[in-house]
Amino acid sequence: MFVETVWLAFRTILRNKLRSFLTVLGIVIGIASVIALVTIGQGSSRQVSATVAALGSNVLIVRPGKPGFGPGSRDGASNFKLKDAEALVGQPLIDTASPAVTRGQTAVFGNTNSATSITGTDAAYLPVNGWQLSAGRAFSNGEEGAGTGVCIIGETVRRELFGDSNPLGEVIRIKQISCPVIGVLKAKGAGSFGNDQDDLILMPIRAVQRRITGNNDVQTIFAGYVPQATTQSATTEIQDILRERRRIERGEEDDFNVTDLKQINSTLSGINNVLTGLLSSIAGVSLLVGGIGIMNIMLVSVTERTREIGIRLAIGATARQVLAQFLIEAVVLSLIGGLIGVALGLTLAAVGSSFMGIPFVPDPSVVALAFIFAAVVGVVFGFFPARKAARLDPIEALRYQ
Amino acid sequence: MIANAPLISFQNVARVYGVGEAEVRALAGVDFQINTGEFVAIMGPSGSGKSTTMNIIGCLDQPTSGAYLFAGADVSTLDRDQRAMLRRHFLGFVFQGFNLLARTTALENVELPLIYRGMPRSERREAAQNALAKVGLAGRENHVPSELSGGQQQRVAIARALVGSPQVLLADEPTGNLDTNRSHEIMDLLVRLNQDENITIALVTHENDMAAYASRNIIFEDGKIAYDGPTQQNVKREPVAHVR
Repeated sequence: MFVETVWLAFRTILRNKLRSFLTVLGIVIGIASVIALVTIGQGSSRQVSATVAALGSNVLIVRPGKPGFGPGSRDGASNFKLKDAEALVGQPLIDTASPAVTRGQTAVFGNTNSATSITGTDAAYLPVNGWQLSAGRAFSNGEEGAGTGVCIIGETVRRELFGDSNPLGEVIRIKQISCPVIGVLKAKGAGSFGNDQDDLILMPIRAVQRRITGNNDVQTIFAGYVPQATTQSATTEIQDILRERRRIERGEEDDFNVTDLKQINSTLSGINNVLTGLLSSIAGVSLLVGGIGIMNIMLVSVTERTREIGIRLAIGATARQVLAQFLIEAVVLSLIGGLIGVALGLTLAAVGSSFMGIPFVPDPSVVALAFIFAAVVGVVFGFFPARKAARLDPIEALRYQ
Repeated sequence: MIANAPLISFQNVARVYGVGEAEVRALAGVDFQINTGEFVAIMGPSGSGKSTTMNIIGCLDQPTSGAYLFAGADVSTLDRDQRAMLRRHFLGFVFQGFNLLARTTALENVELPLIYRGMPRSERREAAQNALAKVGLAGRENHVPSELSGGQQQRVAIARALVGSPQVLLADEPTGNLDTNRSHEIMDLLVRLNQDENITIALVTHENDMAAYASRNIIFEDGKIAYDGPTQQNVKREPVAHVR
């Protein structure tokens, strides 16, 4: 009997293909958006965790400006100098301190050019930021000290300037600097914001200061601390030194800030989760709307098929069997919608993920949950029309024109 | 069921619709019995109570007062599902408007009552094919109603009513939508079923021609029985010669 009813439901649904499709469209959109958003959200979380894992451990980022974001946080705060970084390395808890300064520049090779950003820094910058070399070498001490114009290029820059040819030893031009390529960085992919992390060129900081920025400023110091230290103790040490060097009076606020990269990333992934949850619940609302759509059409269908219901009751169907017929029809409809929605959602997520450069992580439990939800929507919104059908008076129903 | 009880027994059955001033007495205390194997024509002008009687016999409606006994069992003590069971196993309906499911083949229409009995598919197929053959529609199994003439549709409906081997066939103006020749063919079919299969038939009609096929007439007027007896001479006509 159950099999017959499911079969009948399929036939009835297929009889009105266009109408059935429009009926389930709401469910399709709802399920598809929940699946797509959750899948992309999870991919993005995975990306954030991967970024965190790729970071060198025990790294603190030191920047000028008051702690926190917002307007005025950089007012009056002077940039660091190379000496500041050197002073930090001398402390017991700090073992590396990479100064960095970044400028947007165009790199030219032959007749191709690439708009990218030039970061002046030292060799320690690579491990501290989780970079690995896919070819070539890092800066030597001599190159760092003399500020020689040599370049380590990111994967994006390599692709844009050199394509398939070997970049090592080739000379690119950045402003008036002729800069031999000594190394290529291994690709990292998109960052937490979907930014291209591989679009960069690294040069010794002294070369950048002298020939690009034209001053001795250091924008950021990446300070690595020894394993025995904690984030807290290392931060305190950095603060003490820098306050002294920047002559900040006791009681005055710091005019620089020390951030833990991992902390930034955990905040990011928190934001990510909140966003995913929020968007998914909005998508959930569209599921609700989809359910109402199904109820609407089922009500119309019950009215349209009043006579059929009368016939069925007259030939011996019980009210329960009529109820089951319409309920199963609603559930089959919404499950079909769920199926299409899952397929569409996963497709969207796959396309979106590759577009945003984040991993595509389909989660079977989310798919199962969405499917169950579709069935529940079918039962809940199918029940009222089905009950209406089951309660019809057979005489009235048979007389219905 | 009680042995030897009449198959259908109305005991002072009244049916009142509405309340207060809108009250309509469709049946005002009616008594009659129909025994197994009878072919009864229920007649009367519109509003006389013949359709209400039919609905009550068919367990689609219930008396306001009085008792309707089916094979000795009081139907008023049955709940909605039990009445559905009674329809499913003992009653077959034929309507004026055929009431076949559209876009559903003749065979599937005839199978329908058997689906509700939970009969396995192959058995069902066979029973439906036999029923269609019995009404002369062998070979039309896969036609949908819109591909069949009115007479053929009514035959499908009769096959559907017959397929479950009911005790009683209730036919509500079965020839109302058919031309004269088709009407007589349908009536011949009913007579044959009544005689060959001993199926009790209750036929509602307002046409004397059709009532003449029955052996007994019950004529209603204003919710009461005006005549109950053998088919009257004044309605009885010479058998009409008709083309088959």
